[in-house]
Amino acid sequence: MATTITKTETLVGKRIRRREDPRLITGTACYLDDIKIPGMHHACIVRSTHAAAKIKGISSQAASELPGVVAIFTGADIAKLGAVPCAASLPGLRVPHHHLLAQDRVYFVGHPIAVVVATDRYIARDAADLVEVDYDVLPAVADPEKAIAAGAPPVHPEWPDNVAFTFHQEGGDTEQAFRDAEIVVKQRITSQRLIPTAMETRGVVAEWRPGDKAMTLWSSTQIPHLMRTMVAGILGMNENLLRVITPEVGGGFGSKLNVYAEEALMGFVAMKIGKPVKWVESRRENFTCTIHGRGHVDYFELAAKRDGTMLGLKLKLIQDLGAYHQLLTPAIPTLSVLMMPGLYRFKNISAEIVGAFTNCVPTDAYRGAGRPEATHGIERMVDILAAELKMDPAEIRLKNFVGNDEFPFPTATGLMYDSGNYAAPLHQALETVSYESLRKEQTAARAAGKLMGIGMSTYGEICAMGPSQALPAGGWESATVKVEPTGKVTVLTGCSPHGQGEETTFAQVAADELGCDIDDVMVIHGDTAIVQYGIGTFGSRGTAVGGAALFYALQDLKAKMKKFGAMLLESENVVFGGGACVDEATGKSVSFAEMATAAYHAKKLPPNTEPGLVATHFWEPPNFTFPFGAHIVVTEVDRETGAIDIKRYVAVDDCGKILNPLIVDGQVHGGVAQGLGQALWEEAVYDENGQLVSGELTDYAIPRAPYMPWIESSHTTTPSPVNPLGVKGVGEAGTIGCSPAVVNSVVDALSPLGVRHIDMPLTPQKIWNLIQQGGRA
Amino acid sequence: MIPQEFEYTVPATLQEALTLVADGERKILAGGMSLIPLMKLRLAAPSEVVDIARVPGLGGIEESGGVVRIGATTTHHAVESSPIILAKCPLLAECASHIGDIQVRNVGTMGGSAAHADPAADYPAALLALDAKFRLVSATSDRVVEAADFFVDAFTTALEPGELIVEIQVPVEEASEGPRYEKVAHPASGFAVIGVAARIKKSGDRITMARIGVTGMGPRAFRAREAERLLESGSDVAAAIATVGNGEEVNSDLYAAGDYRRHLARVYAGRAVTTALSRAS
Repeated sequence: MATTITKTETLVGKRIRRREDPRLITGTACYLDDIKIPGMHHACIVRSTHAAAKIKGISSQAASELPGVVAIFTGADIAKLGAVPCAASLPGLRVPHHHLLAQDRVYFVGHPIAVVVATDRYIARDAADLVEVDYDVLPAVADPEKAIAAGAPPVHPEWPDNVAFTFHQEGGDTEQAFRDAEIVVKQRITSQRLIPTAMETRGVVAEWRPGDKAMTLWSSTQIPHLMRTMVAGILGMNENLLRVITPEVGGGFGSKLNVYAEEALMGFVAMKIGKPVKWVESRRENFTCTIHGRGHVDYFELAAKRDGTMLGLKLKLIQDLGAYHQLLTPAIPTLSVLMMPGLYRFKNISAEIVGAFTNCVPTDAYRGAGRPEATHGIERMVDILAAELKMDPAEIRLKNFVGNDEFPFPTATGLMYDSGNYAAPLHQALETVSYESLRKEQTAARAAGKLMGIGMSTYGEICAMGPSQALPAGGWESATVKVEPTGKVTVLTGCSPHGQGEETTFAQVAADELGCDIDDVMVIHGDTAIVQYGIGTFGSRGTAVGGAALFYALQDLKAKMKKFGAMLLESENVVFGGGACVDEATGKSVSFAEMATAAYHAKKLPPNTEPGLVATHFWEPPNFTFPFGAHIVVTEVDRETGAIDIKRYVAVDDCGKILNPLIVDGQVHGGVAQGLGQALWEEAVYDENGQLVSGELTDYAIPRAPYMPWIESSHTTTPSPVNPLGVKGVGEAGTIGCSPAVVNSVVDALSPLGVRHIDMPLTPQKIWNLIQQGGRA
Repeated sequence: MIPQEFEYTVPATLQEALTLVADGERKILAGGMSLIPLMKLRLAAPSEVVDIARVPGLGGIEESGGVVRIGATTTHHAVESSPIILAKCPLLAECASHIGDIQVRNVGTMGGSAAHADPAADYPAALLALDAKFRLVSATSDRVVEAADFFVDAFTTALEPGELIVEIQVPVEEASEGPRYEKVAHPASGFAVIGVAARIKKSGDRITMARIGVTGMGPRAFRAREAERLLESGSDVAAAIATVGNGEEVNSDLYAAGDYRRHLARVYAGRAVTTALSRAS
């Protein structure tokens, strides 16, 4: 028995560089559009140019005569296939039948009408231009408040009020809270429609093998397994004959947490033409046909005592749903309601959601998905209350936080906050900016005529989605760990990471638990033929749910390896760790590889033990996790132009235990960038005819590297008791914490002019107008 | 993002290029930073494209007789980094450094940008302030046009069918004058919401020459002649720049409405003039 060197260094908690990055930054990764299959055809989709119209006729004669065009399909061809799925359910929800292609009517600009298939993508594109659609144009409505007003054009004629659902939630006794109030502040707050704008647009490749009656579908998605089940359902095929492969995904942010018409449509086309087919979304299609985010009009009322004690919150939320429900569309605003109490102790809430159909592309999950809207609302309302009471915004927050001794804390919305120390990140952020002297600096700046603002947000979020009770198709996650005969370790995760870095963090966890070298660990995901069923990556769940599943699978595997170690050492008293099994009495050890080989060669087996080293765990989380944090933003507004300069950005995030600070930094930075996007630049603008005016990247301003402020990022650490890793999730934190801190800062800057609220995005034009009007919005 | 089919020709000589474009039917590609996106969006669908970016003799920067001659296919990056331009026409170099991003500046060309005449392009402001001229050549003609006459309207220039810009002629700035280009870049496109190019000469505290070119505000770039005159006759900067944009048409879009745009033109004219003045000696 060889002397084995045991490994003592642990990797969890270290700044390990992402193992994914070399292939991504050297251009050797395989994205969807890199896939080429012999005989592959190309599809181009003919889309509606009107937001509302009857289709009187489709003429595809000229297109079909173009050399290279092999097929053109329209609504009639797919009428008997299943619908684009909506997994969310709410009482009384009106669900329009969402065909893969329009039938006799179109409901938004970009609505797919026909698919043209050709031998190359240029011919397909040319042919699509030759398909003539004869429209009878109808009045459209693109604004959710206008849509639910009397006399609006009906989006779906069967529901003339354009109300898809109403949803009411009460907690505590809000009416009593408002009777007890000494002050009530009210504000209409919008959270504008945003375009997720993943760097890689969507795309699908479908290959049908008639001999096997089997299909392989490649899709740039966050949810390969759920997609397999749902696309098989739409096409009426057995799901075990459908294999979904997720190649490298160039950003999702929720926009690829969906099953779109195009996946099943390409499957249908591949079956019909008997050839593989590829469709890659153009940027214009991405803007008009992939889901948008946000789209709220919120009416808040906050009741409080004059000492700043908050008593109750009322919300009327009008959600712009768009024309259809995509996978989770109607569920997103319910997340806003769940998180509307924020980090505060008050127990009285009343919320009403009105889901409004509009002639626009559907909204759905976009980074934060309902929580940025809620956080923006409550954090703006707290600032408005503080201003009315002439209280310091930090003081009013500290006064109302849930106390450290109150966890687990049941909220008025029925949640159970897992753990928290809400004052800690705020104190840390205040210290970082030297808050008291910063306020003095502000006083001096104001005296000098400058518009300097200091704004903060203290956010809470709901992550680690989630217990299966709360998710339509299960909220658990799965992991399989295999130690191969040579001692190499393969991890199969049901998550489908696409930028979150789990190929690195999961390898860190596996290497630590098994005591093996991280270079011996391979993390595989995103192929339904290789990986056991999983749920996917969204809702800051990858590490907090998928990582926990991995942890438990590793425990099972360690127990089994230890049995082989004991057998080889012929001892009962062995310790497994550091990449070896050691007989404590004799000091003899066997290496990781020796145990692995023994398990597969199986010349001898421990009692009641099967050969092989494979463990699978499906982990059901007992609760969500609730990360929190405090962001402070210092701004200066150019009085002449309305331009906003971010002088400082301080982010203190508590995401529980940190597995890899480098990756957490990246998530915070990216999240803050997208939060700044909403706060300052981005807005999907539809005109009254339902045309997307901000329809190109030349009009729609996404954050660019040079626009970013320096982010002073730090953390407090409050482990979550929900999972064995103590992690909470961080993918959406930056986005959620950012926008209210920025807006609070700019409102603070303009408060000497009497400004108390500004809706996003805070464009220079909007700020200048306010300054011109002396603050009267 | 897939253009319609088109013929693509790379002429070997200027003469061949002029012959190819003589009938005015073929579209000229000189970098493609505007044309290619338009074609990919199918907003432009030329059936034949002549790529002049690599035609010998159309690039290059040289100075003689107080004039810097910049070949039409000189890239923006070459303009911003050319030792000749940095020394002799620093306003133009500064202006070029604001165009798009580094990728655009490495491929886009000065002649291409000028011929496209985007109302939000950066160059026209500087070229007007510099009293630059365009040498336009066709198979049968060779003429020189003042910048002020060259930019006619949005996407419209004095170029006749069959004509190419072969060079831009920029009078050398005096070493004592102060140049400045100030810009509000659109956060999505990078184009100028407002761009102001200013040149100031002074004698003691007195401004002896003021040139102010404004781009982005209206359908075409313009000289703020009233403001120039006021500055040259001793008005203070605030009074002078208050006249910028008077009588000029103003554009309006999602990002900046007309009144705000005109206001920005004045604010940025003030900033450009003030900095230019501080740089003048």
